[in-house]
Amino acid sequence: MRIKRREFLKTAGGAALLGFGGISAFKVLERGRAEASAVLRDPKALTGKRWGIVVDVSKLNVETMKKCMDACHREHNVPFIENPKEEIKWIWKETFEHSFPETEDKYLAEEIKHMPLLVLCNHCDNPPCVRVCPTKATFKRKDGIVMMDMHRCIGCRFCMAACPYGARSFNWRDPRPLIKEENKEFPTRMKGVVEKCTLCYERLDKGREPACVEASDGALVFGDLEDPNSEVRKILGSRYSIRRKPELGTLPSVYYINVGGIEYA
Amino acid sequence: MLETALKGSRTYWIWVIFLLGVIGAGFISYLYQFSVGLGITGMSRDVSWGLYIGQFTYLVGVAASAVTIVLPYYLHNFKKYGRIAILGEFVAVASVIMCMLFIFVDLGQPLRVLNVLLHPTPNSVMFFDMVVLAGYLMLNILCGWYVLGAERKGVPPSAWIKPFIILAICWAPSIHIVTAFLYQGLPGRHYWLTAIMAAKFLSSAFAAGPSLLIVISLILRKFTKFDPGWEAIQTMAKTATYFLIVTVAFYGFEVFTAFYSQIPGHMHPIKYLFVGIDGHTKLVPVMWTCVALAALALILFINPKTRKKESTLAVAAVATFISLWLEKGISLVVGGFVPNPFERVFEYWPTIPEVLITLGVWGIGFFVLTILYKVAISVKEEAVFDKYGEKQIITDKI
Amino acid sequence: MYDGWKIIIGIVIFLGLLTVPFFFAGEKATAKPDPKLDTPEIMKLPEAERKCVESKDYMKREHMKVLNDWRDWAVRDGNTIYTSAATGEQYDISLQNTCMKCHSNKKEFCDECHNYTAVNPYCWDCHIEPKEEEI
Repeated sequence: MRIKRREFLKTAGGAALLGFGGISAFKVLERGRAEASAVLRDPKALTGKRWGIVVDVSKLNVETMKKCMDACHREHNVPFIENPKEEIKWIWKETFEHSFPETEDKYLAEEIKHMPLLVLCNHCDNPPCVRVCPTKATFKRKDGIVMMDMHRCIGCRFCMAACPYGARSFNWRDPRPLIKEENKEFPTRMKGVVEKCTLCYERLDKGREPACVEASDGALVFGDLEDPNSEVRKILGSRYSIRRKPELGTLPSVYYINVGGIEYA
Repeated sequence: MLETALKGSRTYWIWVIFLLGVIGAGFISYLYQFSVGLGITGMSRDVSWGLYIGQFTYLVGVAASAVTIVLPYYLHNFKKYGRIAILGEFVAVASVIMCMLFIFVDLGQPLRVLNVLLHPTPNSVMFFDMVVLAGYLMLNILCGWYVLGAERKGVPPSAWIKPFIILAICWAPSIHIVTAFLYQGLPGRHYWLTAIMAAKFLSSAFAAGPSLLIVISLILRKFTKFDPGWEAIQTMAKTATYFLIVTVAFYGFEVFTAFYSQIPGHMHPIKYLFVGIDGHTKLVPVMWTCVALAALALILFINPKTRKKESTLAVAAVATFISLWLEKGISLVVGGFVPNPFERVFEYWPTIPEVLITLGVWGIGFFVLTILYKVAISVKEEAVFDKYGEKQIITDKI
Repeated sequence: MYDGWKIIIGIVIFLGLLTVPFFFAGEKATAKPDPKLDTPEIMKLPEAERKCVESKDYMKREHMKVLNDWRDWAVRDGNTIYTSAATGEQYDISLQNTCMKCHSNKKEFCDECHNYTAVNPYCWDCHIEPKEEEI
C-alpha cells in the first residue's frame, strides 16, 4: 500500500506528539514517586492555625521601634536604601494618621496624630496579594503566614497593586551591595523580585518567635489567633483593638491596642 | 505572500529603516534595564506600575477594537467594510504583540516568565489575561492570513474559517474586560475600584481603535493605490464619534460618584489628576491636554461638516487617539497609585530609557503592522474585483 | 547545480564559523571537571563521616532536583528536616546552612562542573556563599 507523503507526515507527527506527551507524563509520575516520605517538620517548630501579632502602642517608643526594625532588617539582610522610591521595608515606622488615614479626626491631639507606630505585612486571612499572583509565588501557608517564594516571583508587581497596606517592596536594583552587614544564615534577594515580611517563617519552623517580637521588650505579642487560650486571644478578648483598613475585608492579623497611650485608652 | 514585503518603494524602505532604528534604540535601552533592573525607570515603591502597563492597557483596547470592523462585516454583511476588515485584523495582531512585549519589559525577572505556565493559577486575572491574549493573537493571525490568501487566489474563503471568525468576534471584548478586571478587582485602589471600568475600557477602545484605522486609511489612500473606501471611513468615524461620547459620559459618571458622595478616598485621585495635591501637580497638564483634545475631537466628530471633510476628520481622529492615550496609557495607572495606601503622595514621571524602551516596543508594533499591511495591500492592489464584484483599483501591472 | 561555487564557499564559511569556538578554546573546553571535596570543614570530619546527604553518584546526577525539592519543602511547606534515603540520618534543609557548610568552596566545587556544562544557576544571586581565599 502506498502512503501519500501528506498522510505519512500527519501520522508521523501525531505519533511523535503522543510519544513526547507520554514521556513527559511518565516523567511527572516518576518525579512524584522519588523519596516522598523523606521529609519531616522540625519537632521544635511552632505550630498554629493563624499566627498574629498584637502591637501595644503604649509600649512603643523610638528606641524599641528601632530595636525591632534593626533586628528584623539585620536578620533578613534587608538593604538600607536612602531613596524613598526604592526603599525596601519589612517593618517600619509610620505615623498614626497615615497608618489609619480613614480615622481622620481634626480634634485629635497633634502628638497622637504624629505619633509613630510600627507597621508591617498584616498577614491577612483573606489576602488580595495571594489572589492576584499569577505564579503562586506569594501564597498562604497553613499557619496563616502570607509567604513569599522569592525563587518563583517573576516581578510583575501585581501584588504591590493589590496590597492595600503598602507592605510590599520591589528590588528595583541588585540589593546586595546595599546590605550593611550580611547575615550568613539567611539569603539576600536579587533584583527584580518582590519581598516583604515573612513573619520569620524560618525562625518559627525552628521553634523561635519572630525577631521583632523578641526585640520589642513586650510591645509586640505573638501568638495563634485561632487558639482561645493564647496570650493574643486573651488580650484581644479583653481590650479594644483596631486593625488597619478592616472595611476592605482582608482580615488583617496584626492588631493595635492602647493607641494614644494608656491615659487615652 | 510574505515575499511582497521585500519589494517596495523608496518611501517604504525609508520608513522600514526608520522603524528599525527606533527598535534598535529601544533594544539597547532594554539591555541597560535588563542588567541594572527596573530602577532605571521612573517607577517606585509607591507607583509600582507606569508607562509600560499603561501602554499594555491601551493597546489591548486597540486590539479589541478590530471587532468594530469585523462584526458589522461578517455578522451584518456590511459590505463597505469588505476592503478594510483585514486592516482591522492586522491592527489587532500588531497590538497584541505590543501588549505581550509591554508585559515582558515590565517584568522584574523576565527569564522566569514561563512560571506563569509552569504554575497555572486560575484565580489570578493576570494568568487569564495571558491566556486570552494568546488566544486572540492566534485567532487574528489565522483569520486574517487565511482570508487574505483566499482573496489572492480569487476564491471565496472556505466555510471552516467562519466559526473561527465568529469566535474571534466574541473573543475581542473578553480581552479588554479581563484587562479591566486586572484593575477593578483590587481593594484599596479607589480610582480603579469601579464596576464601570470594564465598560469604560471597551467604549474608549472602540473610539481609539477606529480613530487609528481612520488615520491609517487616510494615509493608505494617499500613498498606495489601494482605497479603503470613503464610505467605510465615514462609518468608522461615526463609530468613533458615538463611543467617544459614551467614554466622556462614563468619565463624568465617575466624577459625579466621587464628588457627590464626597468620599475622600474616591475624590483624592481625581483631585490629584486634575488640580494636584499639596503642590504635586505633575499629571495636571497631562489631564487638561487630554480634556482639551477630547473636546476638540468631539466638536469635529459631532459636526457633520467637519466629520465629512478629510482634513478635519484627520484632526479629530488624531486628537481622539492621543486624548484617550493620555487617559488610559498614563493617567489611569498613576491615578490608582496616588495617593499611596498611607495617603502620602509620591509622583511618577517616566525616565528617558523608559521612554526609549516604550518607543522601541511601539516601533516593533508598527514594524509588524507595516509588513502585514504591505502584504495585504500588495494583494489588494492586484485583485481587480473583490469578492462582491465591486471594482477595486486596477493596477498598471501586466 | 546552479551557482555551485557560491554554495560551496558558503558551506565552508558556515562550517568555519561553526567550529571557531573549538579552535579558540582548545584544551580548556574539553578538560574534565574535577570538583574538589577537600575543604577544611570536610577534612576535619573523621574518614567514616565524610558523607553527603545521599550517595555521591546520586548527588552528582540529581542534586539539582534535590535542591528544587528542598526549596519547595522548606519555603512552601515549612518542612525543614530531611531524612537521607541512603543512611537514614537527618539533616536541616538549607543550601546556605547545610550544603555550603561542608562545601565551602563554591569556586572549586559548584562552578567546576557548572562552567564545564555551561549552566548558570541563580542560587548565589540570593544565597550567600562562604568567603573564599583568593588564590
